Amino acid sequence: MNTWIEKQRHLIDFTVASLARRKGKNLGLLSIYGLLVFVLASVALYTHALRAEATKVLAGTPEIVLQRLVAGRHDLIPPGYIERIGRIRGVQKKEGRLWGYYYDSVVKANYTFMVAPGMKIARGEIVVGPALERSRGLAAGNGISFRSYSGELHTFIVADVLPQSSELVSADLVLMHEEDFRAFFKYPEGHYTDVALSVANPQEIKNVAVKLMNALPDSRPILRDEVLRTYASIFDWREGIMLALLAAAILAFGILAWEKAAGLSAEEKREIGILKAIGWETGDVIKMKFWEGLLISLLAFLLGYIAAYLHVFHADAVLFEPVLKGWAVLYPRFTLTPHIDGLQIATLFFFTVFPYTAAVLVPIWRAATTDPDTVMRG
Amino acid sequence: MRPADRVLTILMLAAGAFGLSFADAARLRQANAPASTATAELVERLRLTDPVLFTEARYTRHPTQADLQSAFQDHPVALEHFPTGSLLPPPAGILNAYEHLDRKAASPD
Repeated sequence: MNTWIEKQRHLIDFTVASLARRKGKNLGLLSIYGLLVFVLASVALYTHALRAEATKVLAGTPEIVLQRLVAGRHDLIPPGYIERIGRIRGVQKKEGRLWGYYYDSVVKANYTFMVAPGMKIARGEIVVGPALERSRGLAAGNGISFRSYSGELHTFIVADVLPQSSELVSADLVLMHEEDFRAFFKYPEGHYTDVALSVANPQEIKNVAVKLMNALPDSRPILRDEVLRTYASIFDWREGIMLALLAAAILAFGILAWEKAAGLSAEEKREIGILKAIGWETGDVIKMKFWEGLLISLLAFLLGYIAAYLHVFHADAVLFEPVLKGWAVLYPRFTLTPHIDGLQIATLFFFTVFPYTAAVLVPIWRAATTDPDTVMRG
Repeated sequence: MRPADRVLTILMLAAGAFGLSFADAARLRQANAPASTATAELVERLRLTDPVLFTEARYTRHPTQADLQSAFQDHPVALEHFPTGSLLPPPAGILNAYEHLDRKAASPD
């Protein structure tokens, strides 16, 4: 065993010396290789973490949100509509939600105005999201006026600011009392934006949705599963855009690596010829080149991955943020929690380290099995 | 130090850092768990349906609640006119081109 290790160390010594003879070329290859791994790993780590975080926080969304459609568009829930749902077995709670959008021309951003069902907010007071606190410079106790769609100016006192840690879901929220909401939007009494339904048994959700569709043909139930699937596909799509943009770079690198690995330069051929002439066996030459391929690709993978990890989770993915998260005036500031998909990293490892190492071996085997004199003469 | 030892040391250090990244991820997950749970509770309490990622239009702020035909809701061949669909923010000139009539309109009261 010790002899084997010693032999490999000598081979690596020789490989390193051989790589050092073409220092510029090999360092260039290592940095481009590492950069490619960095970009691919950044995209993979970022989208997976965002997807996992969204799935985690959205696990508590209502099991079913029931909308009413008029001519294919979302319309208000009229009085008596919730009662028409009747008693559907499995539905624990039916609750009308009140929410809407408000465009703030001062910061050119949209807010989501909402009546908070589980919060006690006094009339004339609001609870705002952290992005609003930032963009409008608000703090608890401050007053703020919004001009309603009917043209009236409504003044509210900020009672509280939602915690910064919840910014991913609460950045643009303005929570208020039901009467304030109705007065602000001139929302007709007894009308709601949509209905949130709680279903105790997850396996019953689809059956309940079908019963709702039967009872109320103009309704559109949105299931929790659909919400989660929508976000999974949004992040997949954005990851796809990023990868599509990178496809040309990946292809270019593939050609470069293949050319470098599969085609031997005259100098390399001469080197192999000399090694064979001084008594190296074909197996040793192949082992040396195997080490060369493995050292470059493994180092590029490790350095690229580590840089990607630091970029995504310790530098807030500054380079890809706008592409992957989207761009908006009001943008939530949140730090991603790392969720690493082992399979994704293993796939990246397999597709970056193995092909290069294998591509190095083919021409070497061909050169190393030919007569040294022929190889040296080129 | 022999060249082989030097290279293997670098490789071991890089492999160590690779392993550490998983430990660091576990540490951060644990550290962020209370905030993450609190956010999930807020979602449940307020009956929220969407994260606040894109706030420009109703079908980007709440993609899950949007009309089924929302991407083309203005007319069937409408191009998406909000920046979420593109990769970069629009130039400032475009943002300033909008006339803010609401600020000029007189208040009825």
